[in-house]
Amino acid sequence: MMRDTVILRVVVKLLLPAILIFALYVQFHGDYGPGGGFQAGVAAAAAIILYGMVFGIDEARKVVPRSVVNTMIPLGVLIFAGTGVASLLLGENYLDYSPLGSKPVKGQHLGILVVEAGVFITVASTMLAIFYVFGGRADEADEKGGEG
Amino acid sequence: MTEILADLNYWVTIFLLMGGLYIIVAHGNMVKKLVGLSIFQTSVYLLFISPGKVLGGTAPIIAPGFELYSNPLPHVLILTAIVVGVATIALGLALVVRIHEAYGTIEDDEVQEMEAD
Amino acid sequence: MLAQHLPALQVVIPLLAAPLCALFRRGFIGWLIAVAANWLAFAASIGLLIRVLNEGVISYAMGGWAPPIGIEYRVDLINVFVLLVVSGVGAVIIPFARTGTAARFNDTDQAWFYTMYLLALTGLLGVTITGDAFNIFVFLEISSLASYVMIAMGRDRRALTAAYQYLIMGTVGATFIVIGIGLLWAMTGTLNLADLAQRIPEINDTRPVLAALAFLTVGISLKLALFPLHLWLPNAYAYAPAVTSAFLAGTATKVAIYLFLRFFYTVFGGGGFFSSTPLPEMFLVLSIVAMFAASTVALFQDDVKRMFAYSSVAQIGFITLGISFVTEAGLTAAMTHLFNHAIMKAGIFMLLGGVMFRLASVKLEDMAGIGRKMPFTMGGIVILGLGLIGTPGTSGFISKWWIVLAALEKDQWWLVALILVASLITMLYVGRIVEVAYFREPSAKAASVREAPLAMLIPAYVLVAATIYFGLDTNWSVGLAQQAAADLLAGLY
Repeated sequence: MMRDTVILRVVVKLLLPAILIFALYVQFHGDYGPGGGFQAGVAAAAAIILYGMVFGIDEARKVVPRSVVNTMIPLGVLIFAGTGVASLLLGENYLDYSPLGSKPVKGQHLGILVVEAGVFITVASTMLAIFYVFGGRADEADEKGGEG
Repeated sequence: MTEILADLNYWVTIFLLMGGLYIIVAHGNMVKKLVGLSIFQTSVYLLFISPGKVLGGTAPIIAPGFELYSNPLPHVLILTAIVVGVATIALGLALVVRIHEAYGTIEDDEVQEMEAD
Repeated sequence: MLAQHLPALQVVIPLLAAPLCALFRRGFIGWLIAVAANWLAFAASIGLLIRVLNEGVISYAMGGWAPPIGIEYRVDLINVFVLLVVSGVGAVIIPFARTGTAARFNDTDQAWFYTMYLLALTGLLGVTITGDAFNIFVFLEISSLASYVMIAMGRDRRALTAAYQYLIMGTVGATFIVIGIGLLWAMTGTLNLADLAQRIPEINDTRPVLAALAFLTVGISLKLALFPLHLWLPNAYAYAPAVTSAFLAGTATKVAIYLFLRFFYTVFGGGGFFSSTPLPEMFLVLSIVAMFAASTVALFQDDVKRMFAYSSVAQIGFITLGISFVTEAGLTAAMTHLFNHAIMKAGIFMLLGGVMFRLASVKLEDMAGIGRKMPFTMGGIVILGLGLIGTPGTSGFISKWWIVLAALEKDQWWLVALILVASLITMLYVGRIVEVAYFREPSAKAASVREAPLAMLIPAYVLVAATIYFGLDTNWSVGLAQQAAADLLAGLY
């Protein structure tokens, strides 16, 4: 990897917090304006991927280990689908967030926030998983893989 | 001439559609086929997005001073379609990596030759 | 309260179960979750059937947003029939999956396999139940992507190229479908199928709608493996793990046929529009070519799994033949055969999975004399093979009977003759297996094999029993198919 390029390393270290903050901004601004878990997830993953490209994939794996990534992918889907089930249990249709809060508007607000959090987790970790699997393939060519 | 230009978005769609499909059919390299597939799918994004634009309309966010908004529905649909596209390409490339490990080549005809004997 | 939410639960149960499997990453727990989810989904389908029979069409508004703006899940007789086939076939296959999967994969891979299986199930059930055109595309891709992975997990390296080929062709097909949907949306401004069905008939001679029709025809035909767009199917079925082959043969192409019926009969306005296009003649010709060409190719296969994969293409020809008549008898035949063929083919691929498990090969030469070593497995294959031929006493006879009836109704004697000849070719390739398995000396490989484990045999025999049962009692299969056919022709939704 590019361990000798000082400029790149410094710039990336400076950029990382900005990218992550921007991802969080996009995430939490999603219910008022353009944005949402999807875009935010990709942005957050891009930060880690950038870090991995400059400092090496092993360094990136120290920040977000593969086992964490593999757990986060299904977790996000569960949060998303589970929110729908919560509204089912409260007597409304699937994915109707209205009963989640004291007022329907509050419920909708809370529901979309939780769902977006689930989307964020799954998208960010899926992007990372794709990066890890493709980037690390050469190192573990002998190890059997079933990811897709 | 103006008639043709008025439907420019459809012309670009058709161009991308045919170009992508041609690459899928004509190229034997599996990665290139996936590139073609990606271009092919991109044409659909354009097909959905372009009729959603309302001339003079702004982004569909309710704000004072704006009355005319573009149709937000295609954006939602195509965001989903893009995700599907990303997943397809990722899976396709993963398969190509595995094929390369198993056969040592990613050329369609060479793989078929190896299977023939 | 539960009954009210059945349409959502039908899809949500396997959708929730899939990440659970991935989260636990244990083969056995994953299998337990998959079995529970699949059986619950089957129970939901039965519940839906009871509700539809009692109260007619069910509409469920996702998220409480009223259709046509919101996404609607709409269940009528036609799709509840397909839901039953998909979840029912899955419910029988998944107990079978444990033995073969546990023997081949490590814990993590097993868990991923069940995750993919559940996602494929989610997608197929979703395609069938949803009343929203774009939703159809999304669910179709969920099921397709999961099935590409399931195919790639086959033991032969050719499984990889088969999965790749299917990925390319399947994605092209799905993209064609979404182009068709996009054109329909641009013309009507709605994606709700019931809403589309109201607006399309007024404008169904405009050029964009006809272009949409063309895109949908090609896209769906690719997915249902209509000859000559079937090229992805033989390799995919032949090299995939047994569970995948059985599941896909029983469900994926059947759901594509449902889509075909839904778009051409419901959305475009009943049988009237379909018969005003050149499509019925086109499908008639292609179906006949499929019946003959694919059966003939099947006859010369040395790999038994590949043989039955080609046989699937031929049998799909029988189904589309029924559709191309545009009569109630023809559609009844198509729906009945959809049901019967799903059961027979899934059963055959499961039993072949048993052969593969013991013999590590399904080559015809290796299977010599295996009839004495694995009497139950081979016996089951023979019974199901008789069903494919259309022998009286099996469910295959019922579907052939209805197809012949439909042809006679149209006074097309030559078609009856063709159907009989096609059945004869089926008899030849099934006969070839019987001859090799029962009348030859055991091959070196076959000499040492034992009967397949009970955990594989019992689920397969459920399908064998179903093949015989539905050959004798046709109240359910034909009865439901007949009502569904009438609804289709009238364009009711």
